[in-house]
Amino acid sequence: MALLTLLLLGANNVAHSAWQLNMPEGVTQISASVYELHMIIFWICVVIGCVVFGVMFWSIFHHRKSKGAKPASFHESTTVELIWTIVPVLILIGMAVPATATLRQMYDTTASDVDIQVTGYQWKWRYRYLNENIDFFSTLTTPTEQIHNQADKSEHYLLEVDNPLVLPVGKKIRFLTTSNDVIHSWWVPDFAVKKDAIPGFINEAWTRIDTPGTYRGQCAELCGKDHGFMPIVVVALADTDYQTWVTEQQQAALSKQAAAERTWTLAELMQQGEQVYNTACAACHQANGMGIPGAFPALKGSLIATQDQAAHLDIVLFGKSGTAMAAYGTQFDAVDLASVITYERNAWGNDTGDIVTPQEIKQRLQAGQ
Amino acid sequence: MSHSSAQASAHSEHEHGQPAKGLTRWLYTTNHKDIGTLYLWFSFAMFLTGGCMALVIRSELFQPGLQLVQPEFFNQMTTLHGLIMVFGAVMPAFVGLANWMIPLMVGAPDMALPRMNNLSFWILPFAFAMLLSTLLMEGGGPNFGWTFYAPLSTTYAPPSVTFFIFSVHMMGISSIMGAINVVATTLNMRAPGMTMMKMPLFVWTWLITAFLLIAVMPVLAGVITMMLMDIHFGTSFFNAGGGGDPVLFQHLFWFFGHPEVYIMILPAFGIISHIVPTFSRKRLFGYASMVYATASIAFLSFIVWAHHMFTVGLPLAGELFFMYSTMLIAVPTGVKVFNWISTMFRGSLSFETPMLFAIGFIVLFTIGGFSGLMLAIAPADFQYHDTYFVVAHFHYVLVPGAIFSIIAGAYYWLPKWTGHMVDERLGRWHFWLSIIGVNLTFFPMHFLGLAGMPRRIPDYALQFADFNMIASIGGFLFGFSQLLFLYIVIKCIRSTDQAPDKPWEGAEGLEWQVPSPAPYHTFSTPPKVD
Repeated sequence: MALLTLLLLGANNVAHSAWQLNMPEGVTQISASVYELHMIIFWICVVIGCVVFGVMFWSIFHHRKSKGAKPASFHESTTVELIWTIVPVLILIGMAVPATATLRQMYDTTASDVDIQVTGYQWKWRYRYLNENIDFFSTLTTPTEQIHNQADKSEHYLLEVDNPLVLPVGKKIRFLTTSNDVIHSWWVPDFAVKKDAIPGFINEAWTRIDTPGTYRGQCAELCGKDHGFMPIVVVALADTDYQTWVTEQQQAALSKQAAAERTWTLAELMQQGEQVYNTACAACHQANGMGIPGAFPALKGSLIATQDQAAHLDIVLFGKSGTAMAAYGTQFDAVDLASVITYERNAWGNDTGDIVTPQEIKQRLQAGQ
Repeated sequence: MSHSSAQASAHSEHEHGQPAKGLTRWLYTTNHKDIGTLYLWFSFAMFLTGGCMALVIRSELFQPGLQLVQPEFFNQMTTLHGLIMVFGAVMPAFVGLANWMIPLMVGAPDMALPRMNNLSFWILPFAFAMLLSTLLMEGGGPNFGWTFYAPLSTTYAPPSVTFFIFSVHMMGISSIMGAINVVATTLNMRAPGMTMMKMPLFVWTWLITAFLLIAVMPVLAGVITMMLMDIHFGTSFFNAGGGGDPVLFQHLFWFFGHPEVYIMILPAFGIISHIVPTFSRKRLFGYASMVYATASIAFLSFIVWAHHMFTVGLPLAGELFFMYSTMLIAVPTGVKVFNWISTMFRGSLSFETPMLFAIGFIVLFTIGGFSGLMLAIAPADFQYHDTYFVVAHFHYVLVPGAIFSIIAGAYYWLPKWTGHMVDERLGRWHFWLSIIGVNLTFFPMHFLGLAGMPRRIPDYALQFADFNMIASIGGFLFGFSQLLFLYIVIKCIRSTDQAPDKPWEGAEGLEWQVPSPAPYHTFSTPPKVD
């Protein structure tokens, strides 16, 4: 074991660490109230603990047989027993009052300024700005070399994403959480917001951020293999900066639509497809297309990926019910879908030479399942 | 009380003979002492098995990055560690203690239903063999946590989930049979004169535990059957796409699961309520209030389940109800702690190994109770929920809680079981190593949780590195200390240091009136209790 310890110590040096002991106070009024409740109940426990353990250790030191202590004979006292039943009840009532007030505030999701639908996927988050017509996925960007200790770990190891959720400060933001597959839980400690994302149901939560900055959280509900690898990053901007960001996003969406109309070469599709594959497919089917035997099928040399192109489109666009294979037709645009299918039909020695165009994807999606 | 028990037992041995020889003794036995022994050894084997899985988890979490295992296997380890410790280690250990001690404590010759007793034990090795065999199956073993929330455990589960369901069914059947036996024995076979309010507290707490088991094990059986239907027969109990609700699973699971938590702690309260008075040489303070507090905790355990689900989107009224009812549990639990301390107060204390573990229990279980009270505050729970703070909380109530009480009970009754005294010096080593190990493992987890580390993750951000390293070192210290316990027990069995009938000066109760070791048959003629 000692040898193993040394090996592990030698394997990588931890770039940065902190001895954080307590809950963060956070950057919202609610998170501050929650912190306050946490500290009140903590100190109540400390005081009760000191009294109880104090009496106990007093007895341990002074009422020892080895010091000649003779046992007393009392074994009940209705008065004392009533006191230590009633006093805790009163303390608890005192605690319940502020807790109830905070909870009522947390549940008041009315009159929001920005509405965001947060959807959990295995294993990434999707954010839809319901009134701004913005929609994107947010996926972990930490390279696998860092996770497998082949490279030094970066500062925000496992807490970094490609597309952070961008929010304005000072506005009431309502989150509508749901899920596409299993139960996830969307949690940002600095907002004291944690809400389960449940497939088929929508939960509500809200926040109003006081200070601009970057806030990080993680999925809090076990959701399968990569539960530990679907972080949440929120960038809070001043309102004017936020408006600029919204306009940029809307323009980018327009230019993406145009890209779906032009003609793509095999090389272009392969390049784009590899990227999409690595963010969306590799977690299960693996980067080398071999899958995980018994859990996730291999794509390399598989019938669907080498022969039946129609079936290939169907399974990617509409998923396969009863399995972990999701319907990606709603998750990606036509270019990404065309390129990833083209990639799967040509990578790892599949070499079919097939090209699937964005137009074909659109037609298939319009035809429906 | 009667002094003729020794004669009575010698007489009965003449009639029934000595135990059979060889393996068939253990296969066919209907003797409560043999079955108790089987349960205790089985639970210890499972404790080491689940412990090895814990050490796999702690090794992987020793440093950030993936070193030893992949996430798929990590999830199988957390799942099986939980299932094995709950259903394989803690529960069978308490059933083993009940088998050994309840007939001795109430002055009965055996459990009321001895053949069923044999069956309820012998189901278990098959159930756990099947559960462990899933690790070798294609797709791996159960990987959805010991709480197996749908749809991760249904639509998205590995194929081995069906074997998991079958093995949990077997564990449930075993528990229900064990519980029926305790109820039947306690209600029908008490010695003349032993009224309910004269029953030893271990018997009281087990009687109440048995009713909890009978009430909730069928709910568990129901929920896993619904899973089976969803997986194989096209129903949609937990699938919103077919009109079901994944949250229904959680309501049903925790309606079983919360009483289950008390099933694992009430008998512990009973054991501690025997050990503390013995080594304080003073009667237990507030016997009646102990009984009422146990009953109140059992009642409350049925109306607090949704505090495990504060973040699933309950309506405000539901949140408030479950917050208030959960906070209320602190009252009867507090009464118990106050009673133990009042028993020690102005006693004449000595600190043999059972007492050391009992004191360790009181202090650390109370710390687990404090963090439980914090978790009850719903707004704060939004921050604690599903973090290492929760992991710290329930390990404090289960490891230095339930498991310390089992160890304390073993040290307390080993002289009666084996007829030999325990090596006190080694017992002290075991205690101090365990208490340092347990705190080193689980105390830093409070900090990790508050700083934001979610539970059930195989890899973590860099700010969590230091405390995880400490917890892993503590885990190995605690784990390996338990091998010392194994050595101490074997040494005690082989020792020649003859134990008197009543090895502890302050001990009271019928179990100390029979010889040490307890003869194969005891109380064939019931003793009289004044």
